[in-house]
Amino acid sequence: MMRNGELHSGAPGGPIETKWERHKGSLRLVSPANRRKFDVIVVGTGLAGASAASALGELGYNVLNLCIQDSPRRAHSVAAQGGINAAKNYRNDGDSVFRLFYDTIKGGDFRAREENVYRLAELSLKIIDHCAAQGIPFAREYGGHLANRSFGGVQVSRTFYARGQTGQQLLLGAYGSLMRQVDAGQVRILPRREMLDLVVVDGRARGIVCRNLVTGAIESYAGHAVVLCTGGYSTVYFLSTNAVNSNATAIWRCYKRGAFFANPSFTQIHPTCIPVVGSQQSKLTLMSESLRNDGRVWVPKQPGDRRPPNEIPESERDYFLERMYPAFGNLVPRDVASRAAKAVCDEGRGVGPTGLAVYLDFRDAIERLGVDVVRERYGNLFQMYKEITNEDPYQVPMRIYPAPHYTMGGLWVDYNLMSTIPGLFVLGEANFSDHGANRLGASALMQGLADGYFIIPYTLAHYLAGNTLGNVTTEHPAFREAELQVRQQVERLLSIRGKKTVRELHWQLGRLLWDRVGMTRNAQGLREAIEKVRELRQEFWENVNVPGSGDDLNKCLEMAGRLADYFELGELMCRDALEREESCGCHFREEYRTPEGDPKRDDERYAYVAAWEYTGEGAEPRLHREPLRFEVVQPSARSYR
Amino acid sequence: MNGENGTRSYTLRIWRQDGPDRPGRFVEYPVSGIDPNMSFLEMLDQLNEELLRHGERAIEFDSDCREGICGTCGVCIDGRPHGPVPNTTTCTLRMREFPDGATITVEPFRAKAFPVVKDLVVDRSAFDRIVQKGGFVSVNVGSAPEANTVLVPKDVAEEAMDSAACIGCGACVAACPNASAALFVGAKIRHLRLMPHGQPERRRRVLSMVAQMDEEGFGNCSNHGECEAACPKSISIENIATMRREYWLALLGLL
Ligand SMILES: Cc1cc2nc3c(=O)[nH]c(=O)nc-3n(C[C@H](O)[C@H](O)[C@H](O)COP(=O)(O)OP(=O)(O)OC[C@H]3O[C@@H](n4cnc5c(N)ncnc54)[C@H](O)[C@@H]3O)c2cc1C
Ligand code: SF4
Ligand code: FES
Repeated sequence: MMRNGELHSGAPGGPIETKWERHKGSLRLVSPANRRKFDVIVVGTGLAGASAASALGELGYNVLNLCIQDSPRRAHSVAAQGGINAAKNYRNDGDSVFRLFYDTIKGGDFRAREENVYRLAELSLKIIDHCAAQGIPFAREYGGHLANRSFGGVQVSRTFYARGQTGQQLLLGAYGSLMRQVDAGQVRILPRREMLDLVVVDGRARGIVCRNLVTGAIESYAGHAVVLCTGGYSTVYFLSTNAVNSNATAIWRCYKRGAFFANPSFTQIHPTCIPVVGSQQSKLTLMSESLRNDGRVWVPKQPGDRRPPNEIPESERDYFLERMYPAFGNLVPRDVASRAAKAVCDEGRGVGPTGLAVYLDFRDAIERLGVDVVRERYGNLFQMYKEITNEDPYQVPMRIYPAPHYTMGGLWVDYNLMSTIPGLFVLGEANFSDHGANRLGASALMQGLADGYFIIPYTLAHYLAGNTLGNVTTEHPAFREAELQVRQQVERLLSIRGKKTVRELHWQLGRLLWDRVGMTRNAQGLREAIEKVRELRQEFWENVNVPGSGDDLNKCLEMAGRLADYFELGELMCRDALEREESCGCHFREEYRTPEGDPKRDDERYAYVAAWEYTGEGAEPRLHREPLRFEVVQPSARSYR
Repeated sequence: MNGENGTRSYTLRIWRQDGPDRPGRFVEYPVSGIDPNMSFLEMLDQLNEELLRHGERAIEFDSDCREGICGTCGVCIDGRPHGPVPNTTTCTLRMREFPDGATITVEPFRAKAFPVVKDLVVDRSAFDRIVQKGGFVSVNVGSAPEANTVLVPKDVAEEAMDSAACIGCGACVAACPNASAALFVGAKIRHLRLMPHGQPERRRRVLSMVAQMDEEGFGNCSNHGECEAACPKSISIENIATMRREYWLALLGLL
């Protein structure tokens, strides 16, 4: 919501500990008998979407739930490995809701909203209770209690996990609840559908237009509200840890319908991924951050040392994270670990065939704990590593390198998770809300589930009860207009018949963005990148080749549509990074650093969320600012040394 | 013979089918310049790039995570679902497993309950409809007790996790001569049967999931064991035994 030209979250004042309780108390309700009169469209079936759709179904709303995959259970959340945080303090090691809140605010380098983060920390407790009750086989201690491990950027053990498959198990729990509501007739699932436009009637989100990916039919659905849970857009870089169908299309088309896009350039580069091996590689595989609990990161002290790792004596190894950050060691946050790895590789001390890798070594852990304990903790990750690289991490250290992983940027939402378009709510990775300029490990799963299970049921009711929403059907002219646009784009893509493939062009865009809006950025590079993105975009529209038709399954056509949006988003990412003349979290502007080389924040000028408004094809987007106020935690230099 | 930089060449025989009710056929495609570290799907990507450059329609196949966890991918390679390597999904299978010069036959998962959508893509929504009939614990948001009030012995949680690891890919069905879904269903039954939270619904769960499995046109299990061999997540055939036992106990009113 706008006040005096500034954006505001709409959270109540007063003590932070009771904000959410007081806010909930002030929200309007929809009575049980009235809920079935409301149709709610939930787009996406990841942790955010499946939890939202099932929770709303349990309450009695009519829910329509769409996803791109052939089954809701396959949404990208399924790939999360490491774990989910909760401030249970089961380890008696000093954890609390306040500490989780504090760690997250600091981890995000003071670019997140206090009230949202506090609420997230508070809800983390209920999430674990609920997921355990769903029968999720979390890791246990011998006494039968829930087990924990540590993640980067914190000094307590608060991460709950199910082997290296936490995301899978949490998603299957949510998917089970969702299917239960399908059986109860509360939720209808439409798989293999791609949302391609939002329909806005009288200034409110009233429906969507999507493409049936099997028949090619353009389908419209009307409802009283739309809840977007469409995930992140790291695949803008082409190579990333995300699934190949991850995309920004849904949120981008909403942006073009008037939803503000916040902090688009805040992208997390994850330090522990398997390095690129070939030119045909389609994606990068993450090695969970949990490995840094026991693995030690190092490179040779001497540049150009090509000896096999096991022949490099202890005295000639540089455990650079432990050396530079003694307080957190190998468990510094992701942005810090990634930049440090890049720096040692830039000095010529990188390892492996490309020199773009560092070691993650388990030799000492195996000695200390025994191979069985290491296998129990990380067995499936080691196996995955071996499958890909043909090397055995029990014998030789893993090689790792940073890769794009998570997008903190996304559609701007208020405290109720509503975007600047009334009736359009955005949950999970698709919104910008809780992680500031850097996300701590094991907190995305937590956020997705907090949004879906525990926030949207309250805030959506408030919206539905507080507004008179007339009857709108898909016969409304706004649907015709959106369908026409969607159809025209499909036809245009199929008619170009140029010489370049979608993949080639995507690879080029990804390379460019990785170099210019990746781990480090600078003004000149960003200005050039904007020009280059535009050139590439033009080449795309003149010279892409999308064979086949729009009347049946055509993955090339799907990918082309997503890439078309990525060119536009890529430009906005550069613009956003250029505008922010400071370094914070993942956003490292080479011009703004301390004498030690650490990022230098500028709280005087940039303690705000940058929210961009679309102003039309070819026109400059308009920047709106949401000032960030720190009432509980005073921003300080974020040090892990 | 190995090509430049140790790359390899193959002859692929790939099933092409324009749509659900259209006839299908094998088409041969030579491929070369294949890096042995490439995944099987990256090899198909490379072939598709070639086809697209010549203005031809790409070969449709499903994939998403490309790291063996989402269960989206899955084709039969030389007659074996997910190919020749045990405990591997199609997306994590590497070309180093195939000798240079080999002819490789690629077809969709075949089962009456999994109709072909196009080329190598099939419709596995029957699995969703089975889960819908009870593959969950009926707990509403907001009603859960504090998590540590229900204790689960470590080994029980581990065993439950072994079953819960199923990715729903359908390879077990494709491998079974009867196209039975018993391994998939058994895995869900056993996971929830082991967890204390799953106890109250044991009876209802097994009866209705099994009924739905039959309804969907999956065949009966006659203990061939092919499912276990094809499963990329090492789901043990013991899960089927658990399901049977649960089913009989439920029928006899002993649950
Ligand atoms: C490899 C990996 C490991 C990770 N590990 C962890 C971890 O250990 N802990 C942690 O907290 N976080 C982790 N993360 C991050 C976390 O998994 C994600 O941020 C989170 O799961 C996102 O959930 P989501 O529900 O917002 O979106 P997703 O799970 O991405 O779901 C998006 C949904 O939207 C649908 N969709 C998208 N676009 C459209 C469209 N246009 N039309 C229709 N449907 C659409 C998709 O089909 C899908 O159903 C990891 C991420 C990766 C990549
Ligand atoms: S039991 Fe194995 S083969 Fe069958 S669906 Fe599950 S993971 Fe796939
Ligand atoms: S693509 Fe996800 S398991 Fe293969």
